[in-house]
Amino acid sequence: MSQCSVTRIAHSATLAVRDRLGWIALDRVKETDDDPGPPTMSKEIRLLSTSAILGYGFPEASLKAGLDRKPDMIGVDGGSVDPGPHYLGVGKPFCSPIAIRRDLRLMLNAAIRQGIPLVIGTCGGAGGAPHLKLVADMAREIAREDGLHFKMALIHAEQDKDTVRRLNAAGRVKGLAHQPDLTDAVIDRSSRIVGMMGPEPFIEALDNGAQVVLAGRSSDPAPWAAATIRAQLPPAPAWYAGKMLECGATPSIPKGHDCLFVTVREDHVECEPTNPIRRCTPLSIANHSLHENSSPIHHIEPGGMLDTSECRFDAVSDRAVRISGMKWNPASQYTVKLEGVEMAGYRALCICGSRDPLLIGRLDSFLDSVRSEVATKAAAFGATPDSYRLGIRVYGRDGVMGEREFVRGVLPHEVGFVIEVVAQQSQEMASAVLGMARTNMLHTDFPGRLAKEGNMAFPFSPSDIDVGPVYRFSVYHVAELDRPTELFPIEYEMV
Amino acid sequence: MAFIRDIARVCKSKNAGPFELTIDVVFDNADTFRRVKETGVLCPELFARLYGVKAEHVLFTPYDAAFAFKATLPRLVPAGEFGDTDVYGCQQHAPLLDVDVPV
Repeated sequence: MSQCSVTRIAHSATLAVRDRLGWIALDRVKETDDDPGPPTMSKEIRLLSTSAILGYGFPEASLKAGLDRKPDMIGVDGGSVDPGPHYLGVGKPFCSPIAIRRDLRLMLNAAIRQGIPLVIGTCGGAGGAPHLKLVADMAREIAREDGLHFKMALIHAEQDKDTVRRLNAAGRVKGLAHQPDLTDAVIDRSSRIVGMMGPEPFIEALDNGAQVVLAGRSSDPAPWAAATIRAQLPPAPAWYAGKMLECGATPSIPKGHDCLFVTVREDHVECEPTNPIRRCTPLSIANHSLHENSSPIHHIEPGGMLDTSECRFDAVSDRAVRISGMKWNPASQYTVKLEGVEMAGYRALCICGSRDPLLIGRLDSFLDSVRSEVATKAAAFGATPDSYRLGIRVYGRDGVMGEREFVRGVLPHEVGFVIEVVAQQSQEMASAVLGMARTNMLHTDFPGRLAKEGNMAFPFSPSDIDVGPVYRFSVYHVAELDRPTELFPIEYEMV
Repeated sequence: MAFIRDIARVCKSKNAGPFELTIDVVFDNADTFRRVKETGVLCPELFARLYGVKAEHVLFTPYDAAFAFKATLPRLVPAGEFGDTDVYGCQQHAPLLDVDVPV
């Protein structure tokens, strides 16, 4: 079996590869050409990830060094749930469109000029319909500006509420992380719900000849697992490779947003950063294998579980590591995660600080006085106590760990405050209550007060910031599917 | 006796989804990992005490292949919800640093 190399995949878009043996068939086609390619070796696929997230940036030289190694596919993870519920709710990315465009332009040009697929999961940060549209529009604009032409697949992940209601009514939706059962009321209240696709929709898009695949919410390793499974390699190293590639050069030292090159073979995965200043070591890989999972050895994915308990991490050079021993246990039932958010109100906030030891010495009673004043005065203009929440975060005391802070009873010489109000009714009401809280932080008297002109130092004018709508997670469940692709329709277009 | 901050190569926390926090302690060699493991100091009860949760809510997994220990436990508040202090969950590791391990 010859290896899949870049030149063979180069013409995949025009060879109308339809069956699951597509890549192998292409090998055979190409082997009859003038260029026999490199000598036959064991089967492998070569994958280049540019960064941890589209829009985090990467050195252009790292991309070029990766291309010199003839990857079969370029890709990047486009998002994460980690920045919180806001982005899914509001329909905007957490990386700036300017930064996303910069990365996308380099990657599109690289993929199209080399004739290899470009695959991006969880487009636009959260993978809903507006997020996917943002990146798709950018791809079309860049193609027009740079004279690129390709077949593009858009894989949708945003779910209509009827679909979720139907799955739920059929008893096919289960809570994750001790979440309560889903109800129609929660579904109705949710601003947006996405399904997290596995590799199958990516495989279908690639099988249908798409050279650029942009997807909504996806399991982070799924695009990479798709390419690898499609190259007739087993699922265990396919998923493991995806787990490394989803974060770019994060599994290397020094850690940074940069490119990672991964070669997948029958029974192992090899990782190497393309930037010569970075190295993968057994420790850096082992550390990354723990990333963002509840278990380090059992990784639940759509369609099965990746078991890494018997993995070995071996240095193959001073900057490349081979990982072997991973196992894949197929699940009896195919499941995908559902993520959804609902509106929780509108936020306004204000930053200030105190350098007054007399105030800091009696901080809790001071804050109690402020809260009480705010409650009275806000009620007077119509903000009832149950219509908003006032938070006063104290940095220098327990701003980072809250109730879990274990250092207590130490008086800092200076403290920072973030005052926030989340009001259900409107931004205007949040701002009104916050303004009252700010004024009372500044002027509320307390016993022993010497600084009669004001209690707080404000670094900015204006002091108050309207943050806009606030969301909370409402759906964090799994849905059982009959077909892995059923929630993820694919659109194709010639760009 | 040795503090985690002096003998571990990694001590970190992060979200494992919006509702859970996961904490990792990684050593750089099999010998240190084995000696720490044998003390039994790193265990569900330790994480329960440091983070104010019940031991049965701590998923604790030693990962021999990576010379690592992982503990996953509920967040105080779901990520990004009112009152959350750490949306990414990446600054919740400090209680581990001064755990004293008799090695």
